[in-house]
Amino acid sequence: MFLTLNRIIKSGLLNFWRNGWLSTATVLIMTIALLVWTSIFLTNVVLTSVLGVLAEKVDISVYFNLNAKETEILALKSRLQSLKEVTSVDYISSQRALEIFQKRHAGDEILLKSINELSDNPLEASLNILAKESAQYADIASYLNRDEYKGLVSKINYTENKVAIDRLSNIIGVMRQSGLAASLVLAFIAFLVAFNTVRLAIYSSREEITVMKLVGASNWFVSGPFIVEGVLHGIVASAFSFMVIIPTISIIGPKLFNFLPEINLIQYLGNNFWSLILFQTLGGIILGVFSSWFAIRKYLKV
Amino acid sequence: MIRFENISKIYNSHSTALKDVSFVVKPSEFVSVVGRSGAGKSTLLKLLIAEEKPTKGRIYFNSKNILEMKSSELPFLRRQIGAIFQDFKLLPNKTAYENVAFAMEVVGKSEKEIKNDVPRVLDLVGLKDKTGNFPRELSGGEKQRVAIARALVHRPSVIVADEPTGNLDPINTWDIIRLLIKINELGTTVILATHDKEIINALERRVVSLEGGTVTRDENPGRYILS
Repeated sequence: MFLTLNRIIKSGLLNFWRNGWLSTATVLIMTIALLVWTSIFLTNVVLTSVLGVLAEKVDISVYFNLNAKETEILALKSRLQSLKEVTSVDYISSQRALEIFQKRHAGDEILLKSINELSDNPLEASLNILAKESAQYADIASYLNRDEYKGLVSKINYTENKVAIDRLSNIIGVMRQSGLAASLVLAFIAFLVAFNTVRLAIYSSREEITVMKLVGASNWFVSGPFIVEGVLHGIVASAFSFMVIIPTISIIGPKLFNFLPEINLIQYLGNNFWSLILFQTLGGIILGVFSSWFAIRKYLKV
Repeated sequence: MIRFENISKIYNSHSTALKDVSFVVKPSEFVSVVGRSGAGKSTLLKLLIAEEKPTKGRIYFNSKNILEMKSSELPFLRRQIGAIFQDFKLLPNKTAYENVAFAMEVVGKSEKEIKNDVPRVLDLVGLKDKTGNFPRELSGGEKQRVAIARALVHRPSVIVADEPTGNLDPINTWDIIRLLIKINELGTTVILATHDKEIINALERRVVSLEGGTVTRDENPGRYILS
């Protein structure tokens, strides 16, 4: 048993080396397949965080009449927080609103002077509400439009931003779905190309396989070395693919970071280095072994 | 030892390779199967190593019906039969030494036995100096010697040779035939399929003649006589 296994592994290593060009071609095609898979995965990571960033930028603000009591507003705040659609609610008192206003218009003397001349603070207190999903803003808006809050609420800015919010939630939905479909199709094409390369490589050995069988080799003794070759193709392809990915990310990462500071690919790579290596190598090995095993079955029936 | 019983092999309605063929091969016999191209010689040998299945009939090897064997049992049958082919069928990515050693690895022999037996068999077929060469670096005669070395290195009880000299010049042809005679004298059963009249007449052993897929003569010693 051990002797046979030893022979199978040795023979697989030797074949990998002696089939130089064929091995190189197979490894390169598999590298491309792995690169496609990893790019899809990383693009998905970037896309998800972009969508997350966008979704966080969408919120709904309710402004309250100047005579509304703070206790009433805070009561509404805690009621809103208990809704399952709501992620967070921020209370901005009229005093705080004034501070923000003064800060934002720090350079505008006339505006500041005119607001200081007013005896009362003209700014309304407000609640900023962040929903879990952008499609839920309509529900929250209709909740705030109930009769019981009529005397309290002066304005809901959802109606003003409704078009923008709806469009964004549509775009996010479409991007999620079409992105998933496109990645599945692309990943499958990459798989087919790699699979067919291995099939062609084994096709070129079909007579050899028949000879081995006629000499009396068992199915395992014949297919074993091809499976070992498949494992090697996977490991080497994974190493090559990483040698492309690391420099690419170190070039693209900082540019993307300047553009969208929320997305730090280099940090992501650093945090997930080992799981990415594992993901790639396992992917490569499974691809190599599955293709070899599947392709060789046909020729074993002698 | 080997018994063909009413064997027929029909490929399609226009092509019948064998029709109701029956004969027995005894242990340590040297049997030549002769006939023109297409007479069914190769088909008969392919049936014995279970490379193909007959349409009708039974084939017994050591009292066991080959056709009832499961595919997992076939390797064990083939390990008892050394096969030699007209086109050599060597493994192109293995050296002469490795090709011969492969037949021993298949049987599960130890490295020590392999290191001991392979050089001796390669010496026997006259290839002591070519052990490290790949098949593409060998001549036709040398390739066939490697094939013979591979067929006999694990000491099978039968050697079947399908036109082993078909691609060789006269000198190499006689070297190969002398090797087969020597193997037979050491006790191995040999079944030789050929259409070479000179070889058959010089051998003076049993001859089974096939014509149009049927046995027309079976004589011991026989000669090459086709109608």
